[in-house]
Amino acid sequence: MSTAYQPDIRPGRLGAADYAEAFADASPRLTRSQALLEAERCLYCYDAPCATACPTSIDVPSFIKRIADDNLRGSARTILESNPLGGMCARVCPTENLCEAVCVRATQEGMPVAIGRLQRYAVDALMESDQPQLFTREAATGKKIAVIGAGPAGLACAYTLARKGHDVAVFDAKPKAGGLNEYGLASYKTPNNFAQAELQWLLGLGGITIQNNWKLETAAQLDALRKDYDAVFLGLGLATTHQLHVPGETLNGVEDAVEFIATLRQTKDLSSLPVGRRVVVIGGGMTAVDAAVQSKLLGAKVVHMVYRRGMEAMSASRAEQEWAQTNGVVLHQWLAPVDILGRDGHVTGVRFADQAMVDGKLQPTGREITFEADTVLKAIGQRLGNPVLTAAGFVLDGGRIATDAEGATNLRGVWAGGDCRACGLDLTVEAVEHGKQSAHAIHAYLSRA
Amino acid sequence: MANLHTTFAGISSPNPFWLASAPPTDKAYNVNRAFEAGWGGVVWKTLGEAGPPVVNVNGPRYGALLTPDRRLLGFNNIELITDRDLELNLKEITEVKRNWPDRAMVVSLMVPCQEESWKAILARLVDTGADGIELNFGCPHGMSERGMGAAVGQVPEYIQMVTEWCKLYSKLPVIVKLTPNITDVRLPARAAKKGGADAVSLINTINSIMGVDPYTLTMSPNTGGKGSHGGYCGPAVKPIALNMVAEIARDPQTAGLPISGIGGIGNWRDAVDFIALGAANVQVCTAAMVYGFKIVQEMNDGLSNYMDEMGFASVSDIVGKALPTVTNWQYLNLNVISKAVINQDSCIQCGRCHIACEDTSHQAIMNMKDGKRHFEVMEDECVGCNLCAVVCPVPECITLRDLAPGEKDLRTGRVVSDKYANWTTHANNPMRTADPA
Repeated sequence: MSTAYQPDIRPGRLGAADYAEAFADASPRLTRSQALLEAERCLYCYDAPCATACPTSIDVPSFIKRIADDNLRGSARTILESNPLGGMCARVCPTENLCEAVCVRATQEGMPVAIGRLQRYAVDALMESDQPQLFTREAATGKKIAVIGAGPAGLACAYTLARKGHDVAVFDAKPKAGGLNEYGLASYKTPNNFAQAELQWLLGLGGITIQNNWKLETAAQLDALRKDYDAVFLGLGLATTHQLHVPGETLNGVEDAVEFIATLRQTKDLSSLPVGRRVVVIGGGMTAVDAAVQSKLLGAKVVHMVYRRGMEAMSASRAEQEWAQTNGVVLHQWLAPVDILGRDGHVTGVRFADQAMVDGKLQPTGREITFEADTVLKAIGQRLGNPVLTAAGFVLDGGRIATDAEGATNLRGVWAGGDCRACGLDLTVEAVEHGKQSAHAIHAYLSRA
Repeated sequence: MANLHTTFAGISSPNPFWLASAPPTDKAYNVNRAFEAGWGGVVWKTLGEAGPPVVNVNGPRYGALLTPDRRLLGFNNIELITDRDLELNLKEITEVKRNWPDRAMVVSLMVPCQEESWKAILARLVDTGADGIELNFGCPHGMSERGMGAAVGQVPEYIQMVTEWCKLYSKLPVIVKLTPNITDVRLPARAAKKGGADAVSLINTINSIMGVDPYTLTMSPNTGGKGSHGGYCGPAVKPIALNMVAEIARDPQTAGLPISGIGGIGNWRDAVDFIALGAANVQVCTAAMVYGFKIVQEMNDGLSNYMDEMGFASVSDIVGKALPTVTNWQYLNLNVISKAVINQDSCIQCGRCHIACEDTSHQAIMNMKDGKRHFEVMEDECVGCNLCAVVCPVPECITLRDLAPGEKDLRTGRVVSDKYANWTTHANNPMRTADPA
């Protein structure tokens, strides 16, 4: 009699005491001496390229100068005035592709000013101070705005509107607000529950209520909101994950990386979280890196992160790739999944076809390679996929909501921003900027009305 | 290795680096360690009259101006003259000099402005073997309130008088240490020379308050909530000291009077600054107090390599070498036209040159060309002021170019003349003369 195949998936691969260290802050806060020295490296450039490169246009030289001047409150104000989620962005922005990419110190010394880490230093100092609130609301306008989605776009929009004196009701599908900040980022980027701490800081302004476990499931819900509120902002994110469309995708042990990360983020005791001995992550973005690295940190023996194109095409930045490699993830490029192998209903491995670019098209070379796996995590992107939007009459573009430059949709009084808005970069900081822009547009719209 | 031996006012030392009269030279223990490290000489910390010594405060004596990485730019102290017993000092001076015969042993003195006091203290030095004396007419705090130190140094007549007493009652070379807390340093130097001084040394420290604690609104440093001004020294004071040294060196009335340069010397280059502007040796304190005595080794080595590179056989070959290049403003050649040039290959595009020029100077640096970020000097606006080069973070990226005679100055539209012409002949000068002075 044969026994059924038993994949090697189990919790507690590390010693109980080792989890905290494994999942500690990936980039710890600068000490005061480090911050002062780093701040001194900033040249206070004229028309600073870093500020231009920031999607939220933070006046970087000014906030850094204020750190150097021992004016941390002023520094935090400079940051948060432009980006109310400056604390999270300081942690998760791919600064090496944004502000730090254009820092003139990189040209001069091969090393940009650590703008992201300085930003975190200033915002953390404020949030931990006796008086963390900086801003007050303008006189009440009596206007009400509904924001759907409590992620970076929705929160930035709500905060900016609340400052203008409007009342904002935020509706979110999850039990906790924060969106990807709460459910979608690797925990070592946001340790110590920072997403909720930042949320509390935002709500501390007043004028914002949050209704959790509220899902947009019918066009009638949207109609009702449009009736009951003076304006609506959609910060829906991308709720549906792409599928591989290869055989074996439904085997046990094949999961969405997004789900894996969300579960990990919500698990208090990481030693209770099962992880495969051999993990294959399919994808080349930040979600793939976060899933691969966290699998390794949970004690997986072998983690392959497999991408169908070359490294340079990965949406995970160079720094993210190196972070994965430093943590023992093996990166593979030019491999596309052909089928997911299984036994007794459970995944045992993934067969990949070697790819090459021929005449600008990705084509298999005919060679193949198979990686054994107890767990396969799919991280090949997300899409909007909410049928309500079409029913409600939104114009979509590439499956996302088409808007003007300020996020106005084709429906009067409805704006959209963040990942659900078409033609974006899928960055937290961009979502914040969308929320902020739309808030200003909504404010102008309501002021006219 | 170049020969660093110097003879200053008749006093021989193996190198031009002496430790200035200050805490590092206040007892045998320190001075022995200094000589072991390689210092050419010391000026023993100022001795006062016999009897109960002065008393220092028991709170902080020092304050500093620091860079963000806590490198010291400026240093401030409220130390007094030696607070050790005169007899003990004399005994130690004698022993140390006996053990280190090749090193310069100069003793700093400060007693009340009375002939008997000076006569008495000078008599005590005879048997110590000391090579010379330095008159402390500079100490700006504590002692000056008692009519000594800077209180003497600020009155040329007193300087001359005390110097004369010292020459009368001692055969030792007399170095007069000058205070910078005056309006024209040439007057006390002239007085010293008139009094028969063999040399002057300068600068002593500058009256200073380091700052205020913004949260207690109390001056700092302070002792029990109150502070008093101190004497400022260290790298920040070097330019002030260099000007004073050059003023004395090029004053015909004090020409030839040896100068011991003091003020912010931390390396061989600083020493060359002083020596080239007329100092025959230098004295150091702050750098030793920050880094310890070993730092003289880097100074000696740097100076030696520099001299080899330049072909100088002795330190005296360098003395005053740059003095002919120091003149007064009205003699500067107004026909030399400089323009800033930005090296586009090394420019990192920070734009500091642009904003400095745009906001505070002559609007002569563009920030954009063909729609792109680009910083370039517009010669038709540039006056050659050098501000851009000063604020540029990249060494040698911005330089000044002198237009060649015959070239057109785009700012004025005039062709550059090869003739020397200064303010004394300029048409706008109501007191102009026909020929340049």
